[in-house]
Amino acid sequence: MTDSPPADRTTDDGDATGLEPWEVFRQEKEGDPMRHGGSVMAPDAILAVHYARELYGRRQESHRLWIVRRADVHDLDDPDLLNPPLDRSFKKPGGYVMRDKLAAARERSGQAKPKASSKSHRTTEPTR
Amino acid sequence: MTDPLALDPVLPASERSRLPFNEDLPHDERYELFEQHVTGGGKVEASDWMPDEYRTQVLRFVEMHANSELMGVLPERDWIMRAPTLRRKLALTAKVQDEVGHAQLLYRVAEDLGKPRTAMVQDLLDGKTKFHNVFHYPTRTWADIGVIAWLVDAAAIVAQQALRDSSYAPYARTMRKICWEESVHIMHGRDVVVTMVNGTQQQRDMIQEALDRWWGPLMQMHGPRSDRAKDRDIHWKIKAKTSEELRQEFLSIYVPRIWELGLTLPDPDLRHDEAEGVWKYTEPDWNELRAVVTNHGPASEARLGFRRVAWADTQWVRDAILGRTAAAELRLPA
Repeated sequence: MTDSPPADRTTDDGDATGLEPWEVFRQEKEGDPMRHGGSVMAPDAILAVHYARELYGRRQESHRLWIVRRADVHDLDDPDLLNPPLDRSFKKPGGYVMRDKLAAARERSGQAKPKASSKSHRTTEPTR
Repeated sequence: MTDPLALDPVLPASERSRLPFNEDLPHDERYELFEQHVTGGGKVEASDWMPDEYRTQVLRFVEMHANSELMGVLPERDWIMRAPTLRRKLALTAKVQDEVGHAQLLYRVAEDLGKPRTAMVQDLLDGKTKFHNVFHYPTRTWADIGVIAWLVDAAAIVAQQALRDSSYAPYARTMRKICWEESVHIMHGRDVVVTMVNGTQQQRDMIQEALDRWWGPLMQMHGPRSDRAKDRDIHWKIKAKTSEELRQEFLSIYVPRIWELGLTLPDPDLRHDEAEGVWKYTEPDWNELRAVVTNHGPASEARLGFRRVAWADTQWVRDAILGRTAAAELRLPA
């Protein structure tokens, strides 16, 4: 048991068919992030763009498409680089828990807890 | 500089690398980690390691789905030139284009699992792989187009919605896009049916006659009841629901909507059992289903024959596309 594709079936078999996969990224509305939509098989960029338009932009569901040759995508998923084995909580807002310390400071200064303000400096960026 | 890896790990390994089966481990250990990941709700990408059994199972499932989208346009294609109004013609043309588009998306998903598209087309044309039972029947009147777009697509979408959370992530993502497009088809089909029900007696009769003919295949479409514990597609979380769960869901949503129009269904035993909370029905003809999906249906040969002719007729397009790249390469000195 090898758990790899059978010998007569290879992925991205560009040489045999002259086709290769192109990744399609979609922007739904102006200002939105480009998100991966899927991929198309094409022999060149011109046809890849046509196929992408037919499959991902036919219903006016895309504001913009990026079509990128799969071979040109550099994949980085090394956990040693992306999730190093160290506590990185000091880089995140959630890494600073000071409720008890604030309470202690208030008690020391004799000040009351201020009313909750509608203004906040918290951003909406993901905190993970 | 201190080697960060030499420090005591603070985060557990499971949080750092979520896919331990991608590591170079002995096969059985990998298999076990993969199984834990998938049965625990984890997702698999095309570039991840996967056991043969999983790859084959997903491939077979997606390939059959792709074949069905491709063959499923033929009954509807027949009616583009006979659509009663321009708006209906545009809608039907768009639906046919959508379904072929779904086939393209699904063949892409299958290709990345290791089977080239030409091999999938050839296996379909040679009768080695299957497509859904409902596409082996002829369409006799315009009413068939309404019933197919409403109820065949509805039965399909019930199954497809349950696939949006498939463990094979590229398939799940594709299903989210497909379900969004299918919802338009159901509205188009229901609109055709409701319009005809409000029309002349002859139009009402046409809808009723089409519904009577399609009900058997519709009840067979999700397949015979199966044992959840023995279903490998469910074990690997490729799909989430059994045939009977899908059929019950289809009946609960659509039987009331059919009855609401004053239409009847050709099954005297069909009723909702309040006590048990399930739909009761006459056992579908599973022999018919088996015969039909092995290409012994009333229109199987005609549909495959049409595809064979179309495949041969369009060979020049594929040749031209590949020839064009060859020519372009010739012009560019290496």
